Amino acid sequence: MIPVPPAIQRFPWKLMALLGAICGFGLLVLYSAAGGSWSPWAWQQGVRFLVFLGVALVIGRFPLRIFEDFAYLGYIAVLVLLMAVELLGFVGGGSQRWLNLGFMNLQPSELMKVAIVLALARFYTQLPPGNTRTFTALWPALVAIGFPAALVMLQPDLGTALAICIGGVVVMFVAGLPFWWFGSAAAAGAAALPVLFSMLHDYQQKRVLIFLDPESDPLGAGYHISQSKIAIGSGGIGGKGFLNGSQSHLDYLPEGHTDFIFATMAEEWGLIGGLGLLLAFFLLLRWGTRVAIRARTRFGQLTAAGLTMTIFFYIAINLSMVMGMAPVVGIPLPLFSYGGSSMLTIMTCVGIILAIENDSKTGTRRFH
Amino acid sequence: MFGKKAPPITEAWRGFTFTRRALVVGGAQAAVGVALAARMAYISVIDNERYVLESESNRVNLTLVPPRRGWIVDRHGKALANNRVSLRVDIIPDRLHNKDNVLAQLRTLLRLDNDAMERIERDLKAASGFQPVAVAEDMTEQEYSSILVHLPELPGIAPQRGFARNYPTGAAVGHLIGYVGAPTAEEYEKVKDPLYITPGYKTGKDGLEKYFQEMLRGKPGAKRVEVTARGKVVRELSTQPDTQGKTVHLTIDADLQDYVARRMGPESGAAVVIDTLTGDILAFVSMPSFDPNSFSDGISNSEYSWLRADDHQPLINKATRGLYPPGSTLKPMAAIAAIEHGIDPSERHTCIGGYRLGSRFFRCLGTHGSLDMPHAIMKSCNSYFYWVAHRLGYDAIAPTAKMMGLGEEFQLAGSNQRFGTIPDSAWKMKKYDQPWSASDSLNAVIGQGYVSVNPLQLAVMASRIASGRSLYPRLVNRHFKNDPLPFSAEAFATARLGMDLVVNGPGGTAGRSKLPLDGIAMAGKTGTAQVRGLNTGNGKGGTWRFRDHGLFIGFAPVDNPRYAISVIIEHGMGGSRAAAPVAKDVFTFIYDREKGMEALEAFEAGWGGTIKDRMDRSYAAWKAGIAAPDPGLAQ
Repeated sequence: MIPVPPAIQRFPWKLMALLGAICGFGLLVLYSAAGGSWSPWAWQQGVRFLVFLGVALVIGRFPLRIFEDFAYLGYIAVLVLLMAVELLGFVGGGSQRWLNLGFMNLQPSELMKVAIVLALARFYTQLPPGNTRTFTALWPALVAIGFPAALVMLQPDLGTALAICIGGVVVMFVAGLPFWWFGSAAAAGAAALPVLFSMLHDYQQKRVLIFLDPESDPLGAGYHISQSKIAIGSGGIGGKGFLNGSQSHLDYLPEGHTDFIFATMAEEWGLIGGLGLLLAFFLLLRWGTRVAIRARTRFGQLTAAGLTMTIFFYIAINLSMVMGMAPVVGIPLPLFSYGGSSMLTIMTCVGIILAIENDSKTGTRRFH
Repeated sequence: MFGKKAPPITEAWRGFTFTRRALVVGGAQAAVGVALAARMAYISVIDNERYVLESESNRVNLTLVPPRRGWIVDRHGKALANNRVSLRVDIIPDRLHNKDNVLAQLRTLLRLDNDAMERIERDLKAASGFQPVAVAEDMTEQEYSSILVHLPELPGIAPQRGFARNYPTGAAVGHLIGYVGAPTAEEYEKVKDPLYITPGYKTGKDGLEKYFQEMLRGKPGAKRVEVTARGKVVRELSTQPDTQGKTVHLTIDADLQDYVARRMGPESGAAVVIDTLTGDILAFVSMPSFDPNSFSDGISNSEYSWLRADDHQPLINKATRGLYPPGSTLKPMAAIAAIEHGIDPSERHTCIGGYRLGSRFFRCLGTHGSLDMPHAIMKSCNSYFYWVAHRLGYDAIAPTAKMMGLGEEFQLAGSNQRFGTIPDSAWKMKKYDQPWSASDSLNAVIGQGYVSVNPLQLAVMASRIASGRSLYPRLVNRHFKNDPLPFSAEAFATARLGMDLVVNGPGGTAGRSKLPLDGIAMAGKTGTAQVRGLNTGNGKGGTWRFRDHGLFIGFAPVDNPRYAISVIIEHGMGGSRAAAPVAKDVFTFIYDREKGMEALEAFEAGWGGTIKDRMDRSYAAWKAGIAAPDPGLAQ
């Protein structure tokens, strides 16, 4: 038996295979959605995947210490970028979500999903254990979450704002803050729903209303959900077969290559394809959770748990939406939907979790 | 929180809490995952059938293919109405966005004129949203493909390769066949049949097209096509062919129908030819007429007002809807009634240029001297029949008139009749509350006064005199008993002899209309109906609409009658002058087509071409704003 060099042994083959499988499956669906063509989506997505996979592997090689040291700085930088976007949008007239850097469009709100987790993880790492149940443990986190979330809501981007909140709240939760805080906050939130609802934009309110009763507007905004359900439902157990999805090919399914790509997939691959994809995502999230539990440092624990939650949030909201269990919010399916921003976020998350995994393999456990 | 003692918070406790809570979060995530999987299974397995159906109804668009309409053919199977391939374009108002832009584009692409645009706008207003509005029919391949190319920019426009109704002889069959048209919104509301709002589908609107609608309609086909969300057709999936409607066989002789219509020339009038063996109507003409082809394509506003403005009334079927005083054409019938009431046909009466009734003197058109009954018919002597009517009274004659079919409304497919009046004393009492007078009888016997009939009835009368049987006119093969009439052979013989003499006797009123054929002679009776009061003006000239009507009834051959005819030329100034020559040419055509056509072609050269030529010219003149010259003056 040929001895495997340690460099190759350390390589996360299983994880790469998993990511490759998810994205490869996505490429097939994109190929079909384009009517059996690698352009315009599939090949570009493939190249992007390889580039970002490389980025994730590189991030995974960074010492964990760096993330901890730069957590606050990064958070503040992203916050500044967010404000810049808001300002430019104000100047340019109309909503804006990205900064044009010349070579790419940067969406600071995407970066914030990661930055908030890192910042809060560092905060609770530094917090003396005795203060865990005190107000000191609460208010800095609330401010750190609330500020960027409010900015993103102004864009307006409900989905991303929620993602930022969820990532932050989960870090707070696993940091050990009293259980009843979360319980009473959830209760208060439920009670405040009508008020929050009235604060939403008209089109957002409409989406929520239509989500509650999609048949009320079958040709308007409810159209998305109806057509998506038709696509998934008509796929049945085995699907209509590769390249045979009429809903996507005849343009009945809106956004069949981005937000509603799961419906495109389900129409052609059926329940089997859907469960396969869910299993792949389950394996990915299980990996993230295991890394969190086995992490060597508290910062690693909190970060891995928060980032895993961020990935999960994408998946859960997107799938709920396409299956008619959540209002239409523009959240793509990680690694599957066509688009660079979300893939960059996910791969960054994966890279950082990988760094935590590598960290836990090298040193001894320490909690400080 | 308050009653319980909180455990001391240490790093170990924190680590332990983290693991527990991370597992809670992971568990919650797994639970959501299971819920999603369950949801997906529910949609794709339990609800699968429903969504497959919805996906199919998305994907597949079912379009009805309008059925080809059944043909209407003549007695020899020649088409009076058939279908031709037609490239057409319709607007589906429901899908029409940016109407003005689309209409403007259509206008340039198809070079539509103001008239057509006006009609489209009008139809669009009347259409109930989903009802198609015809833009153009019978387009050239070039126009059609120019529409196809621009289709993506023309939402709501539906091009179609279909069939259109075609009437090969055009105006000659207008009143007989009627026409078809797109169903109205009310018709659709009544039946709710999606076929009614399918572009290209037409229903019968008038005449036989309307009467035989159910038979002619056929069954629609269906075309399943795969369409994108934007309505673009991707491919055809399957096509179920339509079933053509049934053919309607008429008793009409298409060639004769066309000939009679053409022979009417520029005149306003009607002519009916009946087979005296069966009662079959061979020709059924009212002129001038409209071209049913233009109606079926959706007639334009200006063409319709052109037809309405014509004082010759091309929109009225004069063969059944025109009522005229029959004039002297009633005399053979009166002769039969007289003989049945005991007057000897050889008994003579002396015409002194009129007949004195009390203080009034009823004029005859001549001073005929001593006449027996056949010669009184030949000379059309009023005095003789005044004398008969005075002796018998009109109540003795009226029943015979009715048995001859006068005043009767016939059960005739697709016709809308006005059946006129055969007066008698009871009728007058009921209508005017006045007793019948002797002068009423005198007026009635020469077909004036209260008497009015339509041309169909006159033809029936001619056929019944010729055959001696109660022939019932028919356009389709229906069975009638056609029993012999209860009149003596002598009575019929006298009437027929009189009618023979009218054409073939020395000095008969229609002597100039002898048939130019060997061995076949026509019998007939002329009539001149005064349009103005009996004694005012002479009706022989002046303004067209005040001139006398010319009438003629006849049959041929004399010795063994086969065909009967009635001809009315409105304001033709006398039966012998206007109507009898038409009958002569018609019979000539029946027995010798070449000779008949020769006569017709000579006439048409003088009139300025065929019916279509003249109509086209007249319409063009109308459109150019020039008042059409009075055609009554042309001849």
